[in-house]
Amino acid sequence: MPRHVPSASFCVPDQPDWCSQVGAARMFSFGVFFPMGCLFASLLIGCGGGSSGDEICLGHYASLTGAQATFGRSTDNGILLAIEEINAAGGVNGKKVRLITYDDKGDAREAGTAATRLVTRDGVVAVLGEVATSLSLAAAPVCQENGIPMVSPSSTNTKVTQVGDKIFRVCFIDPFQAYACAKFAREHEALKANKAAILYDQASGYSVGLREEFAKSFAKLGGTIVSEQAYTEGDQDFSAQLTAIRASEPDVIFIPGYYTDVGNIAIQTQKLGIATPLLGADGWDSSKLAGIAGKAIEGAYYSNHYSQQDPDPAVQSFISKYKAKHGETPDALAALGYDAARIVCLAIGQAGSTKGDDIAAKLASTKGFPGVTGKISIDADRNAVKPAMMIQMKDGIPTYVTTIQPE
Amino acid sequence: MRKPNPDTPFDSPTPPRERGLLGTLANSAWPILLGIALAAALHYFWPLGPGWLYYKKVVLDVGIAIILAVSLNIVNGMTGQFSLGHAAFLAIGGYTSGIVTYYGSILLWKSTDLHGGVLGPGAWLFVFACLLGALVATAAGYVVGLPSLRLRGDYLAIVTLGFGEILRVVLQQTNPILSPDQLDSSSLKNWLPPPVGGAVGFNGLPTYTTLFWVYVFVALMLVVAFRLKRSSLGRAMISVREDEFAAQAMGVHVARVKVMAFMIAAFFAGLAGGLFAHESGLILRPLDAGFLRSLDYVIMTVLGGRGSISGVVLAATLLTVLPEYLRDFDQYRLIVYSLLLIGMMLLRPQGLFGIHEIWDWRPRWFTRKPQTRSPSNEKRGAA
Amino acid sequence: MADFAQTLMTTLAVGSLYALIALGYTMVYGILKFINFAHSDIVVLGAWISFTLTRWLFPAVGLDAHNPDSPAPPLWLGASILIAAVVACSLIGFVIERFAYRPLRKAPRLNVLITAIGVSLLLQNLGQLSFMFGPSPQKMPALLSNVELWRLSLPSSGGARNVVIGLVDVMIVGTSAVLMIALEFLVFRTKIGTAMRAVSYDLEASALMGIPVDRIISYTFMLGSALAAAAGFLYALKYPGLNQPAHTTWVLLGLKAFVAAVIGGIGNVRGAVLGGFVIAAVEQFGAYYLSSSYRDVYVFALLIAILLVRPSGLLGSTVREKV
Repeated sequence: MPRHVPSASFCVPDQPDWCSQVGAARMFSFGVFFPMGCLFASLLIGCGGGSSGDEICLGHYASLTGAQATFGRSTDNGILLAIEEINAAGGVNGKKVRLITYDDKGDAREAGTAATRLVTRDGVVAVLGEVATSLSLAAAPVCQENGIPMVSPSSTNTKVTQVGDKIFRVCFIDPFQAYACAKFAREHEALKANKAAILYDQASGYSVGLREEFAKSFAKLGGTIVSEQAYTEGDQDFSAQLTAIRASEPDVIFIPGYYTDVGNIAIQTQKLGIATPLLGADGWDSSKLAGIAGKAIEGAYYSNHYSQQDPDPAVQSFISKYKAKHGETPDALAALGYDAARIVCLAIGQAGSTKGDDIAAKLASTKGFPGVTGKISIDADRNAVKPAMMIQMKDGIPTYVTTIQPE
Repeated sequence: MRKPNPDTPFDSPTPPRERGLLGTLANSAWPILLGIALAAALHYFWPLGPGWLYYKKVVLDVGIAIILAVSLNIVNGMTGQFSLGHAAFLAIGGYTSGIVTYYGSILLWKSTDLHGGVLGPGAWLFVFACLLGALVATAAGYVVGLPSLRLRGDYLAIVTLGFGEILRVVLQQTNPILSPDQLDSSSLKNWLPPPVGGAVGFNGLPTYTTLFWVYVFVALMLVVAFRLKRSSLGRAMISVREDEFAAQAMGVHVARVKVMAFMIAAFFAGLAGGLFAHESGLILRPLDAGFLRSLDYVIMTVLGGRGSISGVVLAATLLTVLPEYLRDFDQYRLIVYSLLLIGMMLLRPQGLFGIHEIWDWRPRWFTRKPQTRSPSNEKRGAA
Repeated sequence: MADFAQTLMTTLAVGSLYALIALGYTMVYGILKFINFAHSDIVVLGAWISFTLTRWLFPAVGLDAHNPDSPAPPLWLGASILIAAVVACSLIGFVIERFAYRPLRKAPRLNVLITAIGVSLLLQNLGQLSFMFGPSPQKMPALLSNVELWRLSLPSSGGARNVVIGLVDVMIVGTSAVLMIALEFLVFRTKIGTAMRAVSYDLEASALMGIPVDRIISYTFMLGSALAAAAGFLYALKYPGLNQPAHTTWVLLGLKAFVAAVIGGIGNVRGAVLGGFVIAAVEQFGAYYLSSSYRDVYVFALLIAILLVRPSGLLGSTVREKV
């Protein structure tokens, strides 16, 4: 067999031919001057330093592309709806509110850069974001250092608000949600579980956090964990884990994951003939879950921030307005994004200024805010305190079962 | 098809003069000193106005990308091996140095806040941690380099890729981080596997990464890369790239050269990992060890040109700044980015600079030394 | 016993999917000697094109595609969707090769790799746009009825458990087997196959022998893409919760299939099939008997171990380079 001569790329350095010389020179000037010029040109755009001008800028960094795009876009839709409403009602302190959204493609490095850009270049007065814990943790120090309040709509990991006194959230935290699920599993008549199995997503901080807290709470309430199995976000085949879970004969299977994976898990559970009820958390909430899993998800329970069946007119008007604007039933992430944007705007209005410290102080003193996701009060650790709703899938509709109050 | 010119088989037009050890050191010292001076200037004269903090972060990211891409270029470009696991070294360096600074700061100063200024005790702890991380990464580079003795081309690539993916999964299984008050009551169970945060990532590290330190390390990287390219080891590397068998026949210790390339690259990737981990607005995650992160740097290396250091620097800058510039394209950003990537590759199939450096295109009058005449040169002169 | 049998069943189904995808990698590699990173995106396209077609065609046979529990359509519908997806993906494969890879035929192989990555990014992000396939997972309507062919009750520790073998699993293994035999025939018994093997053996010499190299390479790409489309279709049957096009799951799927091709000996058609089943077995049995946390580790550790012992894979022949 003849040897492959690496001739195609073998050039003698002394004599670059003219063709490549011109090409390289063109590329070089393109490579250097194009981005530099753009960088400096873009200095001029911005939000006029936040307080001056006739608009108030809010920043949002989210996964608009990448594996988690569906969560980022839901949240963004919720925020957009809230801002539209606020502007229609005359804005905040007579100024219109403008939202600047940047994509972080689910990458922590990009989340930090996007937050830096929002805070230091665009002059936003407050930042909203992100769903995934790791990304919130990457961007939170940037907001904290620059004194700009950040409100995470849906990062439930306790660490996020521990970053500093400018970091808030409008959702409950993992220990509470896990407690609610464990209590429900132990005490709900249809479950009364003694043995629980856990199937968690080992690549997601959210899932790992819930798994730890659930195991603690469930043991504290007198139950035993009989099997813990892991999958990685995006896995399609769960048969090995489910076969192992089936062998441990649990009374309930706790799956703290996102609905994107839960659909396939439920289908395969049904295929393996496992009749054990499934229990999940707020990551399940999506109008698409029933569409993916069909009958397989029937009868499963999960905890959530709000219930679509809540007769509260505020909830119903949010749902109908969201449907009219975006053409689908809002999921929990959209509702939380909506609440986060409204809480921030309210705090800016009450503070009467756009200084980070003033807004943060007002945010910290929020009590009983009538959100779509329940009455939101911010506690001393800057977390929202509110009850969790337990939901059951009945005929493809998430049906309210009960409310579990914080301890 | 052009035939290789037997007279000048290496990149440098003239072989370097023998200078002895002292001469070599002096030769490397002034660029490093110059680099330190430039880094200090960058650090102290960086403007404070609105937006400049953002540009500062982009410039920091560019620096780190340069170190990673140029170090990968030693394996992929100069030695002609194909590594798809460079991010694994970044993660090893990052996690190692993170453990040192995080738990070191708590032990020494009871908190993870910054301690001292640019050259304060905290910064020296950070530099020590980075170097330690780099050394651990070098050891890993030795281990990963070993299969290169038995494996070729894409087989080697897939093994390095497997190494990164294994590391990613293993890092996911680590323990949660211990906060200062948990540290006293910690048992061995908290320390095995190491408490570096698992899937959530290693957050809360003191943010020691500044323009100064990044560009000091960039200067170090560049000087090492350029000196390496002209050293006997570098020539051996290039000869392995061009023809392994011929190199062996000429007495090059191919195995040693390949492993050395991996170790040098891993050292600097580990160093960059330390910088990466301590940057503000970043969190080190198991994903950073994986294949997708490695691809970022492979793209930079190939786009820059095989073994062209200045080309790779330019490509690293371009590919770090470009996504930032494209932010206004919203969800179409990555579409534009990928189209540009394909376009650049089609326009310049051999990379931005091919195997040349940017100054190979200096104007004729700038060249001080007379050009060595070679047959094809004369041909062009005649035409 | 029951669990062992169940895991074995899963291994067969998953393994044949890996094998189909690995075949595409191995064929392209055999000829052009580069890793076609965009191959996994062709699988995605195959799956999502099948999904879109199903959504369109369901009303035509009087079924509701949006009802997740709708009954299965007649078998010919599924078959025609499979054929349509295969044709569409072959054309896309042809276009990609023609415009992204062919201009770089003379450039170093690594550079083609970068355009491949660019194409992959492009396909992912185009697919993710709202007016294409969207950023959310979707349910693939059932094309096959959810019939259980066998339900065996096997003894097991702690009582008897069932082993369930569904129509879908049998269909996947069957379709893959048919495709693989067809490919085997094509490569070893036809003129085109002979030309492909010649080009893979020595591109320049076969050009001198009058083989239209460019056309043969196009055929190879189309064939690889067709197999990828079939794999995507079967994948959507087996896992109806289709992940969105830019999801990392697809990258990992492609990666594992490539590992399968390498383990079997890259460039070797039979090796790719063997590798697919080996990978699936390691993954499934490792996850069941050892720990599900390290599922990906088993695959890559096996890869490294095999390559260190047999540097050219299980069935690959060691190529001796002449100087």
